[in-house]
Amino acid sequence: MIEGLECTFSNANLLTGKPLRNEEVQHITINKDELKDIVFDLIRTIRDPEKPQTLEDLNVVYEEGIEVKDGHVSCVRIEFNPTVPHCSLATLIGLCIRVKLERNVPYPFKLDIYIKKGAHTTEEEINKQINDKERISAAMENPNLKEMVEHCIKEED
Amino acid sequence: MPDRITGEMSVEENKLEAIQTLNKHTGRVWHVSWHPEGKTFASCGEDRTIRLWSMESKNHWVNKVVLTEGHKRTVRQVSWSPCGNYLASASFDGTTCIWDKKAGQFECNATLEGHENEVKSVAWAPNGKLLATCSRDKSVWVWELVDDEEYDCAAVLNAHSQDVKKVTWHPNSEILASCSYDNTIKLFQDDPREGDWACQTTLEGHLSTVWSIEFDKAGERLASCSDDLTVKVWKQQDHVWKCASTIEGFHNRTIYDISWSPTGCLASAGGDDGLRIFKEDTDNDETTYKLIAENKQAHTQDINSVAWNPVDPTLLVTCSDDGDIKVWHFE
Repeated sequence: MIEGLECTFSNANLLTGKPLRNEEVQHITINKDELKDIVFDLIRTIRDPEKPQTLEDLNVVYEEGIEVKDGHVSCVRIEFNPTVPHCSLATLIGLCIRVKLERNVPYPFKLDIYIKKGAHTTEEEINKQINDKERISAAMENPNLKEMVEHCIKEED
Repeated sequence: MPDRITGEMSVEENKLEAIQTLNKHTGRVWHVSWHPEGKTFASCGEDRTIRLWSMESKNHWVNKVVLTEGHKRTVRQVSWSPCGNYLASASFDGTTCIWDKKAGQFECNATLEGHENEVKSVAWAPNGKLLATCSRDKSVWVWELVDDEEYDCAAVLNAHSQDVKKVTWHPNSEILASCSYDNTIKLFQDDPREGDWACQTTLEGHLSTVWSIEFDKAGERLASCSDDLTVKVWKQQDHVWKCASTIEGFHNRTIYDISWSPTGCLASAGGDDGLRIFKEDTDNDETTYKLIAENKQAHTQDINSVAWNPVDPTLLVTCSDDGDIKVWHFE
């Protein structure tokens, strides 16, 4: 393991984790509501990058903001509401949501993340950025950004 | 029902079959690229390695070489030189490595530095003397091979307003194409009057990030694919490149890559895990593309790259976020 890139999670880790094997995932079907619960449980405890509260405490994420659609794999759409319209940390929050879900949801799924309409001055720009997986994976190889994300998504014991 | 009566090819009549699944990479596999002779291909990914695969016996591909000493971050793309002796790799660590096996085995003998951040793509010009790279720093660089192992920067092209996703060369003239997060494709040429590289054309039409572009073998058509869920085919009319066809309604998530077969079929793949093959339909006055084969669940996660064998029109490879590389037989 290379210094600075250790991860606290062992399953489906972005850098070192092996993805689930094809044989294992091909025939898993999951109930939409069950997946929605799993997703909400994972994102509600994410810490705000600047404040001591969680995203749920600050109403940045909420159950109604999660939508799950069936397909050959489930498609999860998450809407979040940054606390202030010019909040520069909206991108970081989007990054935290994506990384935590990609590491911890034990099923194959597709993820789209959007800012609540009208909640941010540059919402289209941010939406595009947080759904570009190449930019996300490159960001997670930036030690400073990675440290911030790891801090926000770490589960309390 | 298949169109047996009309004699047209239909999806049901073509066979697209996975003949081998290769699982050596750890994590996301970003790109696959064929050696020009078609007997070897290279793959790269999040695990920072480059792997070379060769056919050992019929339908049996084996990982012969692993290159680990080149990059400190994700290897995003690999590209073989036209002579097949060099391999270039572009990485999120901001560098491009040139590998050769003069010492008997592949070694990185030149590192191209200059981009401010992640290098997304690298491509050799057909003459083998020029290379292009592009980056999130919005620039496209042209490099010139001046000495055996020395590359000079011949141009820094700041034409795009955003992250540049891919560069590719025209197969038989010195036209360089790039596509970007700014939704456009740009064509560059070395203008002899100005004595410098410059953007000659901007192709507009896609409504979101253009992830990949590729010229067909004859250089008559340029295909592009996008986050707007369409594939576009551009053709030159009266010396102007124009969108001749838009293929839409097939993929329902971002299309990450496209590839032309040596016989002119077009493969597309992307975030919906699907692999599709299209063929130009020349029956009408209007050029359309017809779906002739598909596998909706070609991988269990996003497909990042598809590459048709440059020699064998029945062979293609794909790679995915699921960590697998798949070899496909098409007929």
